[in-house]
Amino acid sequence: MIHSKWFWPTASIFILLLILPLFVPRFYVYILALIYVTSLLAMSLNMVVGHGGMFQFHHGVFYGVGAYTAALMLTKTSMPMWIGFIAGPIVAALIGLIIGWFCVRLTRLYFAMLQISLGSLIWAIVYRWYSFTGGDDGIHGIRMPSLLSSLNSSYYFILIILVLCLITMYMILKSPFGNALQAIRDNPQRCEAVGINVRRYQLLGIVIATFFAGAAGVLFVVLERSVFADLLFWVFSLEIFIMCLLGGWFTFLGPILGTAIILTLRTFVGRYTEYWTLILGIILILVIFFLPEGVMGYFQEIFKPRMKGMVQGGKTIDAAG
Amino acid sequence: MLQVEAVVKSFDDFMAVNGANLRVGKGEIVAVIGPNGAGKTTLFNLITGQFKPDRGKIIFKEEDITQLPPYQICKKGITRSFQIVNIFPRLTVFGNVQVAVLSHQGRSSNLFRPAQSLAVKETKDILEIVGLLDKEKNIAGSLSHGDQKILEIAIALGNEPELLILDEPTAGMSPEETQATIELIKRLAQMRGLTILFCEHDMDIVFSIAQSIMVMRHGQTIIQGGLEEVRSNKEVQEAYLGGE
Repeated sequence: MIHSKWFWPTASIFILLLILPLFVPRFYVYILALIYVTSLLAMSLNMVVGHGGMFQFHHGVFYGVGAYTAALMLTKTSMPMWIGFIAGPIVAALIGLIIGWFCVRLTRLYFAMLQISLGSLIWAIVYRWYSFTGGDDGIHGIRMPSLLSSLNSSYYFILIILVLCLITMYMILKSPFGNALQAIRDNPQRCEAVGINVRRYQLLGIVIATFFAGAAGVLFVVLERSVFADLLFWVFSLEIFIMCLLGGWFTFLGPILGTAIILTLRTFVGRYTEYWTLILGIILILVIFFLPEGVMGYFQEIFKPRMKGMVQGGKTIDAAG
Repeated sequence: MLQVEAVVKSFDDFMAVNGANLRVGKGEIVAVIGPNGAGKTTLFNLITGQFKPDRGKIIFKEEDITQLPPYQICKKGITRSFQIVNIFPRLTVFGNVQVAVLSHQGRSSNLFRPAQSLAVKETKDILEIVGLLDKEKNIAGSLSHGDQKILEIAIALGNEPELLILDEPTAGMSPEETQATIELIKRLAQMRGLTILFCEHDMDIVFSIAQSIMVMRHGQTIIQGGLEEVRSNKEVQEAYLGGE
């Protein structure tokens, strides 16, 4: 990531994002922050879907679990907020471990169906358990400590956590484990034959991804100061899935692009018509037909000949990520 | 080193392997031959754990490995190449072999070191032996069929096996590639002291490499023995060689 060629463009984008809140209206700061939060969620999903090749159809559950864990600890206990923030991803990863343990025993569509069922179970609990989770009312008006009280400070907090998470995810994907995960995606049978315990690696992949989903959930609480059961509803999970597909699920940064496209559409087209999903649908159809590897995948394809010369040491595909 | 005893495997009503016996001694090169559908590939799948036998025993280095999953059998020291090309098409040639090398070294679950810099020497050594070093940066899926078959063997070598199983290593290759592959297999046996078990349709290849031959028909072992013994066996001539 800190290769000379990419360092300055990356750094300048980062600095631009840092100073942006100083001169754009609050509303845009909010939308940007929402894009960051959702990007992190989409990227965590892409770890299992794009790089791991597993049909994680109900990823929203772990986002919701992370958000609810943080929200409940902030409202129902007097523990310091940092503990709530750390508990969010950990509890999400734990639920990921339990659900994943069952799911990795199945493949493809069966994996997806089982996950939707188990995830919906958790949604039902959250949705129905009024006395604890607030049911379909959710939890509102969560008080943030003074450090995160303004929108701008939340924005910076979210941006920094996002960058830290992205760096960690990038390292994981380029590690031997990341390689093994992608090898399993391409050919699970062959992986078994070279001594890789496929199920255990898939489960570890799910746990890592759900951990980051939980982190995104915590950031959602920081931004919105509220949680609601819709976060865990399967329709929302499908939306995250679409973000990955749209952006390019074999690329590292594709999901961010997909998230930005969908959230921008919803915000700005959604203003004029409630049928904004119609436009989303048309875009999706076009992408599937003309850019099967997603928008980011398309750009990478264009720049590939140029990049091939630059990249050194046995990596050409998904090099720029 | 490897003993297969009266192994049986059926799919629904079809007896794919019906009483196969096989002995492979350390350092030996053993060939399995038989007409199409004789159960050779199924037998290999049983040895490497892709399928579980219905009956019978598979013993490797005095240890019963009959019920182990494939990844554990691999860790015991048996690896294989596949008849139909079975590689990681989206990874580079280097990446394909490195996955196996890292798995063998027990470093696959390392989360935070960049994989690029790990096991480079070991991986390149293997690519050098099989002659793919100049193509290490190519995407595996873009290689020619012959090179992909060679890559198959290279991946299997990544685990530093004691017993290497090759399922029709030269299938679909041009005559030159076939010749090169035969040389490679001989070299591996000599240089690395590998024990090799393979199956092959081409009798010339079988008789030029193998030291011992096992003949299968309808899932059953007819005979296993030295080249001359097999060549002169009546039943074998009738079942197989005679028909050539």
